[in-house]
Amino acid sequence: MNSLMSLLRGALGALTTLAVLASASHAQQPTPGGTLTMVVQPEPPTLVSAFNSAGPIGVVSTKMLEGLLTYDFDMVPKPVLAESWKVSPDGKTITFNLRKGVKWHDGRDFTSADVQFSAMKVWKELHPRGRSTFAKLTAVETPGPLVAIFKLSEASPYMMSALSGYESQVLPKHVYDGTDMAQNPANGKPVGTGPFILKEWQKGNFILLEKNPNYWDKGRPYLDKIVMRIIPDAAARSAAFETGEVLLGGFSPVPLSDVKRLEASGKFDVETRGYEYLAPIFLLEFNLKNKYLQDKRVRHAIAHAIDQNLVVKTVWYGFGKPATGPVPSVLTQFYNGNVPKYAFDPKRAEALLDEAGFPRAGGGKRFKLIHDYLPYGADYQRTAEYLKQALGKVGIDVEIRSQDTAAFLKRVYTDNDFDMSSNFFYALPDPTIGVQRIYWSKNIKKGVPFSNASGYSNPEMDRVIEATQVEHDRKARRALIDSMQVMAQDDLPVLDLFEVRFFTLASKKVQDHTLSGEGVYSSFSKVWLKK
Amino acid sequence: MPSVSAIRRSHDEPCYTRAVLRIARLLVRRFLRAIPIVLGIAVFNFLLLQLAPGDAVDVLVGEAGGATPEYVAELRTRFGLDQPVPVQLGRYLANVATLDLGYSFRHNMPVASLILSRLPATLLLMAGAIGIAFTAGVLLGVTAARNVRRPLDAIVSVVALLAYATPVFWIGLMLILLFSVHLQWLPSGGMLTVGADLAGWDLMVDVLRHMVLPTVTLALFYLALYTRLMRASMLEVYGQDYVTTARAKGAGESRVAFHHVLRNALLPMVTMLGLQVGSLLGGSVLVETVFGWPGLGRLAFEAVFQRDHNLLLGILLLSSVLVVVANIVVDLLYARLDPRIELT
Repeated sequence: MNSLMSLLRGALGALTTLAVLASASHAQQPTPGGTLTMVVQPEPPTLVSAFNSAGPIGVVSTKMLEGLLTYDFDMVPKPVLAESWKVSPDGKTITFNLRKGVKWHDGRDFTSADVQFSAMKVWKELHPRGRSTFAKLTAVETPGPLVAIFKLSEASPYMMSALSGYESQVLPKHVYDGTDMAQNPANGKPVGTGPFILKEWQKGNFILLEKNPNYWDKGRPYLDKIVMRIIPDAAARSAAFETGEVLLGGFSPVPLSDVKRLEASGKFDVETRGYEYLAPIFLLEFNLKNKYLQDKRVRHAIAHAIDQNLVVKTVWYGFGKPATGPVPSVLTQFYNGNVPKYAFDPKRAEALLDEAGFPRAGGGKRFKLIHDYLPYGADYQRTAEYLKQALGKVGIDVEIRSQDTAAFLKRVYTDNDFDMSSNFFYALPDPTIGVQRIYWSKNIKKGVPFSNASGYSNPEMDRVIEATQVEHDRKARRALIDSMQVMAQDDLPVLDLFEVRFFTLASKKVQDHTLSGEGVYSSFSKVWLKK
Repeated sequence: MPSVSAIRRSHDEPCYTRAVLRIARLLVRRFLRAIPIVLGIAVFNFLLLQLAPGDAVDVLVGEAGGATPEYVAELRTRFGLDQPVPVQLGRYLANVATLDLGYSFRHNMPVASLILSRLPATLLLMAGAIGIAFTAGVLLGVTAARNVRRPLDAIVSVVALLAYATPVFWIGLMLILLFSVHLQWLPSGGMLTVGADLAGWDLMVDVLRHMVLPTVTLALFYLALYTRLMRASMLEVYGQDYVTTARAKGAGESRVAFHHVLRNALLPMVTMLGLQVGSLLGGSVLVETVFGWPGLGRLAFEAVFQRDHNLLLGILLLSSVLVVVANIVVDLLYARLDPRIELT
C-alpha cells in the first residue's frame, strides 16, 4: 500500500514538473477563451466616462469605449483609434490619422465625424476637466473620413497626455448627437468601438461584458467574458479572492493588512504599476487664513515634525513612497528631485515654531489646529491619528474631526472652514492638468472640489503656471515646471506627504493585465487566462 | 319547509356580510387616517435630509477628482439643487401627490424603477430570514418553556443570547471563512453565478446556494428575539388558571402545550412579526454589504453618502407606507387570533 502511494506520488510529481516545464515554454503564447471575474468598487453610477471621470466608471467603461491614444509606463503616447499623428512646429495644429475598418458595436463605421463631435461637444463642454484641458481647442476639421485635424488658438502641450480611453472617450455621434447627453440611455448601455460589449448590468450585483467578435484588432480580445462583481465589504472581497471566485481587482481592492497573507499563499500577484497615468499623491492642505499657518515657518516646522517614512511603512503597509514635492516621481518627464526638503527633525521643528513666536505655553502646548481628513477608509483615519501624535510632540495640539465625504468636501472647498486637511489628489500625466490647480491663484474657487483650498496666491507662481500652459518647447517647458516645484516646496501651501501606490491584485492565472501606465483603465483586449 | 342547513346559512349570511362591511369600513378609515401621517413623514424626511452638509454634486465631483466651476454649476441646475429649499420641497410633494417618486440623477434612472429592480432580492432575503427565524423561534421557545430551568432551557437561552449579542457582520464573515474559504461548500457572496446562463431548476438551485449564508446570518439575529419572546410568552400563559383546568381534565403535557398554550402565546409574536415586516424594505445593510446582496438596504445606505436625496426619500416613503399597512394587517390578525379583541 505504502509503496503504491509513493509510486503514485512520484508519478504525480513528475507530471507536475512536466506541466510546469510545458507552461514555462508557452509563457508568451496567450490562450484565448475563458471568463475573467473581477471586482469593481464602488459600483459606477453610469458606464460612460466621457463626461464623468469617477474612478470605477473608468474601470468598466474603458473595456467598451476607446480613446485616440494610450500611454506606456513613461506616459509616451501609443496608437489606439488614432494610428499616427503629427504636431505642427508651432503646436497649434495636430493631425490624427484614424484607424481603418473600426466599427461601432451597432455596426456603423467609426469616422472622423465621431472624433469631431466627441472633442467639441463632449470633452470640451461636458467633461469635468475637459473644459480646461481643451480650452484652446477651437475646431476639429475633417478633410476625410479618417483624418481629424485639431486646431488650437495656442499651443496646449498637455493635451496630448489627455487622449486616453478613460480621460477622453470617443463617443458615437449617431447615438448622441441632438440628444440630452447626460440622460442618453447609451450611458447605461454603451455603444463603443472597444473589445467588449455590455451584456447585462444588474445594479448592486454585477456587470457582464462579452467579447466583441468584430473588434478591429483581429484575434483579440482573448477573453470570452468579463464579469465585474460589486462586493462592498473589503473583508468579503478578500474572501472572494481566496475562494477563487474573483480573479482580479484594481485600486487596492482588499484591506492593506490582508495583502501579505494573500501574497504568501503564492496564488496572487500584487502589481503596483499601472497607476502612472493617475499618479496619486497624499497631501496636507494648510488654510493660509489661519493665523498660525499663515507663517511659512510654521508650515516648514510641520513638515519637519512628520516622519514620512513612518507614515508609509506603518500606516500604509509600504504602499507608498515619501514625496519630495508636488510632482510624483512616476511622472519621469516632469519630476524634479532638486527642491527644498524637510527632513524628519522635531528639534528643528520646535526651533522654527519658537522663532515664529509661538512658544510652548501652559501644558507644553503652543497652539491648536483642527484636522479634517478625507474619509476614504481606515488608512486615512490612522494617518490623521499619526499626525495628531507627531505634531503633539512638537507642541501643536491637533484635534481630529470626522465627517463623511460630502460634508468633508463642502467644508474644505465650499465653506473653507478648516485649518488643515489631509487629502489625496491625482497629479495626472501633466502638471498643467493635475498639479497647477492646487497652486494657481485663479483656481481659488468656492464650491469646486480639489481646487486651490489653501488660498495660496503668489504672482510669480501664477506667471510660471500660465507660461507652462502655452510653452510649446519641451526644454523651456521643463524648466518652468522645475521652477514651479522649487517654489511650491519653499512656500509650502500644501505639504505633499507621499505618493500613493495603489495595487492591482490578480490571481496568477490572469496574464498581461498590466501592460501600460493605464493599468485597469486599459481595454483588457490582451488579457488572457492561463489554463 | 327550509332544511336546517338552509336556516343556518340564512342566519349566517347577513352576519358574514356585516363583518365584511365592518372590515371594509375600518380599512377605509385607517387608510384615510394614514394619509396625513405619510405626508408628515415625507415633509419631515425632506427637511431632515437638508441638514446633511454637502450635496449630490459635491459627491459626484469629488469622485471625479475635480471639475471646472461651470461644470459644477451646470450639474446643480440640472439636479434642481440651485432652487431655494421651499421650492424644492414643493416640487417634491407635488411629485409624491401624483405617485411619482422622482428621478435619481446619480443612477440616471427613475427612483421607482430603481427600487423595483432591488425589491425581489430584498423580499427573498428578508422573507427567508424572517420565515426561518419565526418558525425556529417558535420551536425553540416552546422547547425552552416546556423544559424551564432544566439544561435544555439553559442551552437554548445561551445560544439565543449569543446569536443576539454577536455582531451580524462578524457572524457573516465567519460563516464565509468556514463554508466558502475553508470547506468551499457555498459561494462567498452575490446572488447568482454570473455568466453561467442557468435557467429553470438549475437557476433556482444556484440562487438557493447563494441565499443560504446571508439568510442564515440574518435569521440568527432575529431567531434570538423570537426565541426569547416565545419562551416568556409561553411561561406566562402556562401560569393561567385555564391551563390548570386543562391539566385537571387529564390533558397530556403535549396537548396542553400545543393546543391550549401555544395559540394564546402567539399574540406577542404576531406583534413582533408585524414590526419586522414593517422594516422589510430597509433590509439589512450589514448582511447585504458583507454578502454583496443587491438589496434595498444597501441602496438606501449608499444613497445617504451619495446625498442622492430623491432615492433616499423614495425608499423612506415606501417604508413608511409599508409600516402603516403592516400595522393594519396585524390588527386584523389579532382579531382573528383572539375573538375577544374588537376592531375599531
